[in-house]
This record gives sequence, C-alpha cells and structure tokens, in this order.
Amino acid sequence: MSLLEVNHLDVRFALRRGDVQALRDVCFSLDRGERLGIVGESGAGKSVAAFSLLNLIAKPGYIAGGSIRFDGQELIGLSDRALRRIRGHRISMIFQDPMMTLNPVLTIGEQMVECLKAHRRISTRDARAISLRKLEQVQIPSPEARLDQYPHELSGGMRQRVIIAIALLLDPDIIIADEPTTALDVTIQAEIMALLLELCEEHNVGLVLITHDLGVVSQVTQRMLVMYAGRVIEQGPTREIINDPQHPYTQGLINALPQMATPGERLNQIPGSMPSLSHLPSGCAFHPRCGFVTRPDGSTRQACVDEVPGFVTSGNCQAACHMVAEMIERERIPAEEQDS
Amino acid sequence: MIAFLIKRLFHALLVMFVISVIAFAIQDNLGDPIQQMVGQSVPESERAALREELGLNDPFAVQYLRFAANAVHFDFGYSYVFNEPTTDVILRHLPATLELVAASTFLIIALSIPIGVYSAIKPRAWLSRFFMGVSIIGISIPVFLTAIVLIQLFAIGVSFSPFPADTGWGAWLNDLVSTEGGMPAYGRGNPVPVFGTWETNFASLEGLSYLVLPAISLASIMLPLFIRLIRAEMLEVLQSEYVKFARAKGISPRRIYFLHALKNTMLPVITVGGVQIGTLVAYTILTETVFQWPGMGLMFLDAIERSDIPLIVTYLMIVGLIFVITNTLVDLIYGLVNPTVKLTGKPA
Amino acid sequence: MTTTTPTVASSSTASRWERFRDSYLLYSFKRDLIAQLSLAVFIVMVACAVLAPWLAPMNPYDLAQIDILASELPPFWVDGSDPAYVMGTDAQGRDLLSTILYGLRVSLIIGFGAVAMQATLGVCFGLLAGYLGGRVDAFLMRLADIQLSFSTLMVAIVVGALFKAIFGGATFSAYAVPLLVLIIGLAEWPQYARTVRASVLAEKGKEYVDAARVMGLRSRRIMFRHILPNTLSPIFVISTVQVANAIISEAALSFLGLGMPETQPSLGSLIKSGFDYIQSGSWWITLIPGLVLVVLVLVINLLGDWLRDVLNPRLYKG
Repeated sequence: MSLLEVNHLDVRFALRRGDVQALRDVCFSLDRGERLGIVGESGAGKSVAAFSLLNLIAKPGYIAGGSIRFDGQELIGLSDRALRRIRGHRISMIFQDPMMTLNPVLTIGEQMVECLKAHRRISTRDARAISLRKLEQVQIPSPEARLDQYPHELSGGMRQRVIIAIALLLDPDIIIADEPTTALDVTIQAEIMALLLELCEEHNVGLVLITHDLGVVSQVTQRMLVMYAGRVIEQGPTREIINDPQHPYTQGLINALPQMATPGERLNQIPGSMPSLSHLPSGCAFHPRCGFVTRPDGSTRQACVDEVPGFVTSGNCQAACHMVAEMIERERIPAEEQDS
Repeated sequence: MIAFLIKRLFHALLVMFVISVIAFAIQDNLGDPIQQMVGQSVPESERAALREELGLNDPFAVQYLRFAANAVHFDFGYSYVFNEPTTDVILRHLPATLELVAASTFLIIALSIPIGVYSAIKPRAWLSRFFMGVSIIGISIPVFLTAIVLIQLFAIGVSFSPFPADTGWGAWLNDLVSTEGGMPAYGRGNPVPVFGTWETNFASLEGLSYLVLPAISLASIMLPLFIRLIRAEMLEVLQSEYVKFARAKGISPRRIYFLHALKNTMLPVITVGGVQIGTLVAYTILTETVFQWPGMGLMFLDAIERSDIPLIVTYLMIVGLIFVITNTLVDLIYGLVNPTVKLTGKPA
Repeated sequence: MTTTTPTVASSSTASRWERFRDSYLLYSFKRDLIAQLSLAVFIVMVACAVLAPWLAPMNPYDLAQIDILASELPPFWVDGSDPAYVMGTDAQGRDLLSTILYGLRVSLIIGFGAVAMQATLGVCFGLLAGYLGGRVDAFLMRLADIQLSFSTLMVAIVVGALFKAIFGGATFSAYAVPLLVLIIGLAEWPQYARTVRASVLAEKGKEYVDAARVMGLRSRRIMFRHILPNTLSPIFVISTVQVANAIISEAALSFLGLGMPETQPSLGSLIKSGFDYIQSGSWWITLIPGLVLVVLVLVINLLGDWLRDVLNPRLYKG
C-alpha cells in the first residue's frame, strides 16, 4: 500500500449562486520517497488539490467526497486537532510566494521554534539548535544571525530557503510544494529546485510538486499528473508522458514549450482558454479546444461532446480521452482478428 | 533611532508652526487688547499711542515673532473673562478633560479588541452580527445624543409599565424595562486633590461614579469605529498567506489568532487608532457641554460665547500640542512594534 | 431640434437602462433586504422633508400660528396630550411634528450642500496633489494631515466660532445655512482629497495615462477626462458616508450653539433646545428629533456600507 492514497476526491466551493466543483474524481497515490508532479494551467485545480490534502482549503471551499489515506489513516473527517498533528509534522508544505509566506512581525527563529514546539515537547534552546541545523542544511549563509532576523531582512530566495528549512524541521514523510519557484528570479529558481531535490533524496522525503513548468517536472519527478478543469486527464511515469503524451491536451502543453517551436516561427499554442469551472462544457471539458474531435475522415467523434471520458491505459500511462480509447480499440481489434 | 526622533520632532514643530500662525491670525484680527485694557471711555488719541507702545502697529511678521517667543514660554496673555493668565485657566481645566479622555480610552481599548477579534474569528456567529449591528447604530448616533439618552435612562430614570403592574410577573417585567436613574450626570462631584491644581476623580468611588456616564458617552463615538476597524483588519490578515502557512505548520488556532494575526492586525490599528484617541479631545467639547463637566471643552465653549479671544487662542495652541504629542507617540510606538520600520522614518 | 435626436437619445438611454438592469449593483440590491429597507426609509424621509410645507400641520416659522400657552405638551400616547399636536409641542408651543419635518429639511439641505462643497474642494485638491505631485502634493497633504489630526469636528467648531465672531451672531443666524455648508465643507475636504489622490496615484501609473500624455493631451484634460472617471467609485462610496457625517456635524454644531438658530431649527438645534427641558420631564422635545436624526443617519450609513461591499473600491486607509 502506498504512503498516500487519494481516491475520488471531490472539492467544491459553496458560492452564492450554487456550488462550483473545483476538483472532480481526483485519484493518485504516492509511495514513500517518491516524487510526483502535478501539472496544469492556472485554474486547473492543482493548488486546490495540494491544499485539500491537509484540509487547508479556504472557505467557501470544502471537501465534498472521496478519500485521502495517509499511512493507513483516513484524513477526511479527521478532527482539526488530529489533523494539526500531521500538518507540518508528517506532511509539510512549501508555498508559492516566499515574500508573503513568512509572518512579517515574527523573527525567523520564532517561526521555526513555534513549529517544533507545536509538535514536540522541547525546550526553546533545543528547538533553536535544531532550527540552526536545518538552516545550515538549506545552505543559508551565517545561519546563526538569521534566527533573530525578521523576514523583510532576507531576499526572496533566502526566504524560500527558510521555508524549506521549516518544511524539513520535523523530518516529514511528504512535502507538498505549491509552485515553490514561480515567484523567484529565474537564476535562483534552478538553485532552489536543485536544493529541494537534493534534500528530498537525502532524507527520503516524498514530494508532491505542483507546477506549470514541464521542464522542472521532467527534471525532478518520477511520476506526474496532468490536470485540466478540475480533473486528472493523464497520469503515469514522467519520462513516458513527456516523450509520448497521449492526451491531446498534454500534447498541446508539450508542443507549446519554446524549445518545440521552429526557430523564427510563432510558438505553438493551444487555441482558446480554459473554461470557467462554473460553466464547464459538456462531455470532455477539453473538447472545444481539441483538434481531434473531428476524425481524420471528417466525421465528428460525438462521444467527446456527450460523454465524460474515462481512463484508458496505454503502456504505463493512463489518459482520459475518447480519441485515445478509440485508437487503442482499433489497434486491439485487428490484433484479436489476427489471433482468431 | 535618533534620526527618527529628529525627523518626528521636525514634523511636530512644523505642525505647531502652522497652528500658531492660524492662532495668531485669529488673535490679530479678532482680539482688541486695547479695548480690553482701557475700556470705552479713553479717547482715540490715547488708544493710538498705547497701540504704538504695545507694538500693535508693527508688521504682521514682527508681531508674530513676538507672539511665538511668548508662546514658547506658555505666555499667551490674560483671559478677558477670568482676568488671569490664560495658561492658568487652562491648567485648572486640563485635569478634568484628561481624566475623561483617559477613562474613555481605557473603555475603548478594553472593549474594542476582544469584540473586534471575536467578530473576525467568528464572522457568522449571531453574537458577531449583533456586535456589528450595534456598532453601525453606534456610529449613527451623535455623541451628544448618546449622552442625553444616558442621562434620561440612568440619571433621570424611565418608568415603563407596559405589563400589568398588579401581578407579580408584570411588576417584575416592568422593573426590568424601567430604569432607576440617580447616576450623577452633572459636573465632577468632589474630586480629590492630588497636587497643584490637579484633582482626580479616580481616587474615590464617588468620584468614579461621576465619571461613568461622561466616559461612556465619549467612548461611544470611537468604540464602534475601533470594533469595525479591528474586525476588518483582522479579517484581512486571516486571509493572508502567512496565516495559511502557520496553519500548514500545525500551529494551534489560539496561537495563530492571538500572536500571528493579532500582532499584524494591531499595526494599522495603532496608526489609525492612536490619532483617533487624540481627536477624542475634540469630542470632549460636546460631552462636557452635556454633562457640564468642568474641563477644557466646556471652558472653550464659554470662551467662544464670551469672545474671550486670548483664551480661545491658548486652547487651540494647547490642544494642538496635545495632538502633536499623541501623534508623535503613536508613530514611535508603531516604529517599535513594527520590525519592518527601521526607526529612520522610512520602511526598510 | 430635429426629429431624429429623440430616437438616438432614447436608444442610448435604453441601453444604459439595460446595462443598469443587468448590473451587479442591481443584482445585489435585490438580494439585500437591509439595503432595500434603508433606501425605502431614506426616500420616505427625503419626501417628507421636501413636502414639509404641505405635510406639516402648521408652519413653525410663522410666529402667528404659535400658541405659547400650548408649550411642552406631550405626544399623543402620553397623558395630558392634545390631539391637535400629534407629537406634542416644544417649549415655545410649536407643533413638534411640523418642526421636525422642517428641521429634517434643513438638516438634509445642509448635509447634501456640505458634501457637494467638500467634494468639490476635495476632488480638485486631490487631483492636483496626485497628478502634479512634488511640492503641491506635499503642501496639500500636510494640510490635510494637520486638519485630520485635529479632527474634522474640531476644525468645524473653530471655523464656526470664527465665523460667528467675524460676522456677529445676528448675521450668522441669518445666513446660517450657507455658512454651515461652507464650514463643514472646509472641515471635511481632506477625506475626499486623500481618497482621490490615492486613486489618482494608482491610475497615474497605468498605461492609458501615459498614452494620453504621449498623444499630447493637456494635463487638465487628462485629469478630468481620463483619470477622474476612474476614481468615481470610491468618491461615490465615501459620499454616502460623508452625507451622514455632515448631518451629524451640523447637528453637533447646532447643539453647541454654532449652527442653526432656534427660530429656524434643524434637527440638531431642536435637540439642543429640548435638552434644557429634559430635567423637567419633557423628554420628547429632545428625544423624538433625536430618534429621527439617528434613523436618517443610520439608513444612510447602511446604504454606504452596502455600496462599499458591492463596489469594493480602493479606499484610502488610515
């Protein structure tokens, strides 16, 4: 059994004009020490997925159904007190914008010590010693002085290192990192990502990396999920998906990378934009933007417009696409005919 | 720190300069010291001589400098009405006003923080809605009306008898909706002398009872404002990323509310609030009028009615000084509480 | 005027009406019972004030109609009342209901007038400060700071006292309405100036202002045609609150004897004149006008709150 298993997770936002479904039927799992990437455009539900794991979604969001099992324990329905024992302790988080994540009126030391004290009976002196060691691990210059500094005295990259140190404080099993480098300078992004990867490998910590950067996902993660409009549409080993994406949306994403464009010509982009969650198209949510709704022979694949696609397995990957299903079907039937 | 102090001091001096120019302009244009000194019967030639002698024909700037030089020594001349130095008159009335403001400030701080925080933490609770409803009604009631209603209810007393008075429960309910009255609502009673001209209402129960209604009415203007301000700021802080991150660290809600959130909430509240506490002094004019509280506000209104220009001018200068001092203090406290302000005056 | 203009005009008003009908403003108004009630009460009160000469049983300004023997009569539900005076009479024998209706009129005129005055001052100064920046900005904002730290009430009282000393009591009473409009306008302009300045600074950084400047438009045109429209929603929101504040300020000034004379009372001077009789048991002279004042200010504040929630403009903080 995996360390973390998410099954059929449904998250909704209770708005005045009715509920909006932010996540539908999201399933994935994470083994101990494994690194998983969650990819998608902004608004696809990546961050909601990350925050709902620890039931940290802000009101009016709520978990409407499904199951999140961590180390054999069901997290959905757990009391806040019990969840608090897991948060920051066994599963910790790294947020997007280091400039906003640290409390401006508390020193770095206070913010680290309180985290240790929330989970362990420990003296302030010992807590400071542990904090210092973690700051050393994230390679902050003069860590001792940092403990008594306020966040505004540190640069963005430095603050993100502090946040990583806080995430590692209690030697968690999993770190959920929500776009940990997006808000940083490009030059620092690579440094921070390399540091995070190194620390995860060194301490055998599982990582759920939320990002829209396919390059980072391919370098850091072993498996990945692609999300679109609140659903997982493709998942599997990172390398296989990057090399041979099945879902037209994933293909579009990879094609849109600058290195995929012919020099001197326009970048390839997916036409249209992601639908609003409150007005999802019928059938496959991607069909209005998809080039494969029309078959090569000119006929329309009606299922794309009418039915929500289920997962089909192709190799080690799974994709939720009628076109892929049809192709697999077509390949299988001639094979069976040959057999018979 | 020293640079910060110098900067604040310079700012304070600038404000005092503007106030003193305005005060002097009032004195120059409205006050006629000659008439006050010699009365109507003295012939015009003699007045002109006296005018020349007192330097009243000098240019505006020269006269202002003389005024400012005296002002530095707190010498603003003699009150027409009291016939004694205006600063003495003010000093006699100052303690009453300061005590009233202190009592109200205490009420405001003691009530607004818990209520504001509570209604931000539990915005949907019926108690929060009740507090918010009461506070918008509170904002809409002018302070003198609050004072009058308090007098009617607790000094004069109100007897309603909507229920049959001959039954036990009826009489009990009638008692419940009626008020007794009897609270003192006129003047300060017999305050206890402390030193010099300072007499205090805080030293005896009787003195405190005189303070109750005026202090509540004075507090009633600012209390709803503070509750709404604290609630709004706290709600905003609770949405912030660092509060979310503190949750993700597994910190207890109590620590998140009262350390992480409250400390950040209080920063803007200190700046806005500190200044507002200063303006309470302005509202004492109204409260003191209703309760005939013998403070500076009542004195000022009397001075206006009797056109006691030197006293008016002195009041403006002293109140200006009080405002400047509170503002500077507030800035200092803000600088001490907020780590992102290096005390050089600009954010680091 | 040609025959085609009306059609053009009506089509454009129709589209404006349609836009309003579909707007979020109207949508949230329809869902908010408190806002509806407040608006209803406010409209009724304004109507009463406008129609006071026709609604009021007697004219409180007409000395011939006043019967001094009928003074201090209680309202109808209290023993000893006279059915001719529904709300009772004041100390001079004026019918309280009529006096309140006329007083409401005076309070509303001063309230709206003062807001128009302070908005004009504040918007001009705020635009200047925000757009020109530099010394003009520093001077105006410092002035606003000083005035605000003195509190608007204090400034109004001082200016009121000065005016009274300069013009003398009789002249002051005769021109009380315009003078009060001026006093409150002078005291409260910084609120507008700061808000407008803040929005101007925010707008100024945006590209369309640069574009206008590059196109060679004059700065006055840029300010009034390009920047001002974008600052309207915060101006609109503070205006409601400021009307409430102006009405309270007027009442406070009148209560201190620096406002409307008793012969031409506003709600505030009614409360003041009644206050002298509260110890003798005639509470209604002061408390009934007081209640009317509170209801008026409350509904305006509630509308202001609702507007602020709906429009959610960037307001000047602190």
